[in-house]
Amino acid sequence: MCLATTLGPLTLKNPLILCSGVLDMTRKSMEHLPEAGGVVTKSVGREERLGYGNPSVVEMEHGLLNAMGLPNPGVDAYVEEMRGHAIEVLIGSVFGEDQASFVQAAVKMATVAHALELNMSCPHAGSYGAGVPTQAISSLVSAVKKEVKVPVFVKLGAENIRERAEAAVAGGADGLVAINTVRAMAIDVETGQPILANRIGGYSGPAIKPIGVRCVYELAQDHSLPVIGVGGATTARDVLEYVMAGSSAVQMGSALHYGGKTAFRRICDDLRSWLREHHIKSITEVIGRALPNNNL
Amino acid sequence: MPPRIHALQAVEENTARHKTFYFSDGQCAQAEPGQFVMVWVPGVDEMPMSLSVIGERQAVTVEAKGPGTEALHALREGERIGIRGPYGHGFWAAPGRAVVVAGGTGMAPLLPLLEHLEQPVVLLGARTASLLLFREEATRLAGQVRVATDDGSAGHHGPVTELLEGTEEADRVYTCGPEAMMKKVVDWCSQRGIAVQASLERYMKCGLGICDSCAIDGLHVCREGPVFTGEVLASLEDFGRWKRAPSGKKVPL
Repeated sequence: MCLATTLGPLTLKNPLILCSGVLDMTRKSMEHLPEAGGVVTKSVGREERLGYGNPSVVEMEHGLLNAMGLPNPGVDAYVEEMRGHAIEVLIGSVFGEDQASFVQAAVKMATVAHALELNMSCPHAGSYGAGVPTQAISSLVSAVKKEVKVPVFVKLGAENIRERAEAAVAGGADGLVAINTVRAMAIDVETGQPILANRIGGYSGPAIKPIGVRCVYELAQDHSLPVIGVGGATTARDVLEYVMAGSSAVQMGSALHYGGKTAFRRICDDLRSWLREHHIKSITEVIGRALPNNNL
Repeated sequence: MPPRIHALQAVEENTARHKTFYFSDGQCAQAEPGQFVMVWVPGVDEMPMSLSVIGERQAVTVEAKGPGTEALHALREGERIGIRGPYGHGFWAAPGRAVVVAGGTGMAPLLPLLEHLEQPVVLLGARTASLLLFREEATRLAGQVRVATDDGSAGHHGPVTELLEGTEEADRVYTCGPEAMMKKVVDWCSQRGIAVQASLERYMKCGLGICDSCAIDGLHVCREGPVFTGEVLASLEDFGRWKRAPSGKKVPL
């Protein structure tokens, strides 16, 4: 039973990718997940950022709410830390407040990563994430593409995703990553205080999975380039759902909260069992199975 | 789950800089000594704190040393805090001759451990006599308490680690305090083949093992720690040398 999949020129030994923001600030944490098909780094910008104050995470009934505020050591320190890493497929996530800083972070990150993920979707970081205007996306992507040789993926949030994906593809994106956390908040009723220090954050976990699946399903119909699903997948069945919606690979983060650091290995085992039970040789055979006009 | 809101049942002044905040939380009543909670001062900050009292009531003991801990110090009985946890792995209390080495606020997580040990010897250090934390409580619970202060105002004049000489018969050592101190304790124990456990502190955000803020050589203080064994600590390049700033940048301890 083969779990290998491809993202353009990249081959992943399985479709599970550690998403940006989870256990990926430090090199050794990422190296401690050898069963992942790929790993996305923390989103890194040109300058060091401390992020927001605490509370920055709220555990909720059906998911996790967070507002980290893009903490990162700055791309120079990050690249220094990652040099000589042992990660099979490393996807470097970068953000910037404008085109110049995006490009600079991307160029430096590309020296240690096998691909880039442009974060244009953090839902609570002002102009750094989802605040990147749709009309700026195309020129931003093409500016990065001009400067790097590695594949460039663009990570988009659920809001206006078809329009923003159109712009990313027009700029020459090599793949689309959908979705980011969903802008959300939680209030403690005893104190009347928003719990997150930043008040508003992004919601991840099982509650947002149907939104992510829908977005992947739409993008996979609109475009022929690889789509990477992300949002609330915590089991093999969730991964299959994303794959059938058209994902070539699936990113996971909250899954490590619910299932611990061995979650990836367990989900790979479950995927192999599922393929065996259904007499399917390769996971690539089910990519897009749920799409209309699918001839499989 | 989200923070559970509790009214403070009592606030106790322990030293010129330490206060203990009592609350009653069902989940914390079941905690192991050495486990920690995330303490939310609504509208101000949320901070990881080891439990210093575990029982019918629970408590955290806090030194005022920044905006968050100062805001906590300003709270009085009846005012509310949020608690989530307990998180992480605490101390493993095992039979045998035990030595407990505490530096400053490091005595806080060690206090609830004392009642699980048989006649432990406590080595208690602080900068000065007025900052010796839980000296009386430790005297009540332990076989003996030996004191050291940096300025010589009480007990031995010098670092508490100098009191280790003469305790070579110990079967195991438990320690918490400044990391440079714990590094000395762990090295001293390793050289003599004495089992040791140390409780580490790192900047934390989630407390849940996902954000990577408290990473130390790929392990996480919130999940695999905060208490680590000497064998694990010996394998960590960062222990006693490096920590992470809130940005994730590696900085000297």
